[in-house]
Amino acid sequence: MKLEELNKIKKEHEQIVKVRKLIASEGEKLAKKTGYRKQVLVCGGTGCNSSGSKKVIAALEKSLKANGLEKEILVVRTGCFGLCSLGPIMIVYPEGAFYSQATPEGVERIVKEHLKEGKVVKELLYEKTVHEDGSIISLSETNFYKKQLRVALRNCGVIDPENIDEYIAVDGYQALAKVLTKMTPDDVINEISASGLRGRGGGGFPTGRKWSFAKASVNDVKYVCCNADEGDPGAFMDRSILEGDPQCIIEAMIIAGYAIGAHHGFVYIRAEYPIAVERLQKAIDQAKEYGFLGKDIFGSGFDFDMEIRLGAGAFVCGEETALMTSIEGNRGEPRPRPPFPAVKGLFGKPTVLNNVETYANIAQIILNGSKWFTSMGTPTSPGTKVFALGGKITNVGLVEIPMGTTLREIVEEIGGGIPNGKRFKAAQTGGPSGGCIPALHIDTPIDYDSLLALGSMMGSGGMIILDEDTCMVDIAKFYLEFTVDESCGKCTPCRVGTRRLLQFLEKITSGHGEMEDLEKIEELSRHMQTSSLCALGQTAPNPVLSTMAYFKDEYIAHIKDKTCPAGVCKALMKYEIIPAKCKGCTLCARNCPVSAIKGTVKQPHVIDQDKCIKCGLCMKNCKFDAIYTH
Amino acid sequence: MTESSLNAFKGTLAQERELKDVIAKHKDMPGALLPVLQEAQGIYGYLPIEVQQMVADGLGISLSEVYGVATFYSQFSLTPKGEHRISVCLGTACYVKGADKILAALEEKLGIKSGECTPDGMFSIDSCRCVGACGLAPVMMIDDEVYGKMTPDQVDGIIDKYIKKGGK
Repeated sequence: MKLEELNKIKKEHEQIVKVRKLIASEGEKLAKKTGYRKQVLVCGGTGCNSSGSKKVIAALEKSLKANGLEKEILVVRTGCFGLCSLGPIMIVYPEGAFYSQATPEGVERIVKEHLKEGKVVKELLYEKTVHEDGSIISLSETNFYKKQLRVALRNCGVIDPENIDEYIAVDGYQALAKVLTKMTPDDVINEISASGLRGRGGGGFPTGRKWSFAKASVNDVKYVCCNADEGDPGAFMDRSILEGDPQCIIEAMIIAGYAIGAHHGFVYIRAEYPIAVERLQKAIDQAKEYGFLGKDIFGSGFDFDMEIRLGAGAFVCGEETALMTSIEGNRGEPRPRPPFPAVKGLFGKPTVLNNVETYANIAQIILNGSKWFTSMGTPTSPGTKVFALGGKITNVGLVEIPMGTTLREIVEEIGGGIPNGKRFKAAQTGGPSGGCIPALHIDTPIDYDSLLALGSMMGSGGMIILDEDTCMVDIAKFYLEFTVDESCGKCTPCRVGTRRLLQFLEKITSGHGEMEDLEKIEELSRHMQTSSLCALGQTAPNPVLSTMAYFKDEYIAHIKDKTCPAGVCKALMKYEIIPAKCKGCTLCARNCPVSAIKGTVKQPHVIDQDKCIKCGLCMKNCKFDAIYTH
Repeated sequence: MTESSLNAFKGTLAQERELKDVIAKHKDMPGALLPVLQEAQGIYGYLPIEVQQMVADGLGISLSEVYGVATFYSQFSLTPKGEHRISVCLGTACYVKGADKILAALEEKLGIKSGECTPDGMFSIDSCRCVGACGLAPVMMIDDEVYGKMTPDQVDGIIDKYIKKGGK
């Protein structure tokens, strides 16, 4: 592959992709030149796939054929658009008509009325993209997208991830060409350092510095690794990037290889992500075919090759030393650092390991320069961050925002608020290693340092919104159950400490807690933070400590009053019959599995609290709403 | 009946040949054990001690090393799974939307606990951490089919559909 060939491919495919980025009127002119009157983009990410986008695509293709439109209309299966709760998503260009929750039946109408006759099917559009007068609001103007800034996700939902030509059309491999033909390895590292890019996997270590350490290590063999073992439950940023834009990760890893002097790369990816694995493998094959991977890339004399290694379901393998131990074919246990991977990493060789989202920023920094990158975000955390927004929020999905955006903007504007009129209680970031940000701090600008100051952490980008119905003690218990499961068992503070912490929480949520347990939790947590071998154990107490810091009253309510204010902890719930409402129909008493309800016909019944097992059957059966919990 | 006779190893010659091919293909690759075990589980459906022994012999490493790796990762199972593998997502997004109630409804319906297999070998239930379909929370999967926005009372109907299909 030569630069001229790259530019030729770019020119050939540029216009087709450009139609998807222009406003309707300009797009229409351009669309005529491309040979396709219209383009239909359907999301093929995991979220939309689960809600049936495969069936939608099949129906679309069948219907286009039946109407003789298959030559004028281009169908593109893209990666994630971000609005996962509205899937399957389908966008028609050049109008930019955004159809949500598409069904095979709806598709038939869209083909007939919209694609054939040119009349947009307004009832099937996402309601937020239609003005009152019926005209279409462009996607970038909707609340969900308005405040977003897409750098890492720039190609997700825009290009066909399985077609390398479309990646090239959006400046793909231009950064690699620039690096290999015009820059020295030191130039590359200096540019990345100047950009201030910090590791997006959670720790926030400066990427440029990591690369310079690895470059300084002298060895004939070095490695470049990509951490795609996204284990935080509720986080799916890396998966979406790999599904929507796999080539950008390959390009960045080659650049990293050139910078540190490595010729082989490994992507360690969760086996639970079959679509991402498949697309990445296809992307690697295409990159090899085009000569971006292999020998003498761009005639520079630089060689690079890479392969995929599948994880096997161990959260601890997201830790860098554990990940490398796992690639080596062993139990994925971490080891003490130093030596750091940049000195002694995979197979004992100097290794650079970065997270998927970190790599997704590299090519853009090389092309647009470090100044462009530092113009976004905050001084200590430049650039953007992708968050997987989930839990009790209207717009569940993937969002990318400049660092420094406040939590309020994310929850209320981008996320569309809390459903069912409930009140925002807290946002959980950083998964099992992080903590929560209470409503009190909703106006905090989000970056690495502000989250740490609040006792949480950036983590890889999972953001779970909790409302008033969530019990904070229960959430802390949930995360501890997770870390108990996932602790590898190598070091005692983590193996024993997580279990002891969980036992305290179980004691509290079952109504047997004592006030002194809170002090014991704090002391045990401190020991775990200082003496665990790896970040898993060091950060495992965070969910407990941060909920205790902000919601101590809830802990106290569980311990002293033996009640769960959110009504979640079953052992603390009490079912009672309201005498005024009870008609004495005996239905509850007859169905109670433990005969805990007594009373005579047509007289109010009473629940024997000692016998009650809190199954809730009586409340479900009662026709008069006479039973309540508290 | 003892547990060992219930789960007696019933590997075929064809499976053994396939496994030997896999081992030969990976033998010289650094870090071969994980990929080999993943493919071995694909062939047999699980990793009984007999299969682990074959892998150990093939790669020239000790059985204890193979066992150590096979028991470390949650993807590997040492006992057979059901014909239909049910997996309930207990990731955070699903959990706050009541995934534990879906799991409880399944356990009640099938009379087994998470991690177990029904006596007829038809269903097994497992919990998993995040399939990444958080927009559809709570989510459960049966084989490769995803069921999103679940409520506990949908469990009956979905399982019955599979029982009916199996009966035909």
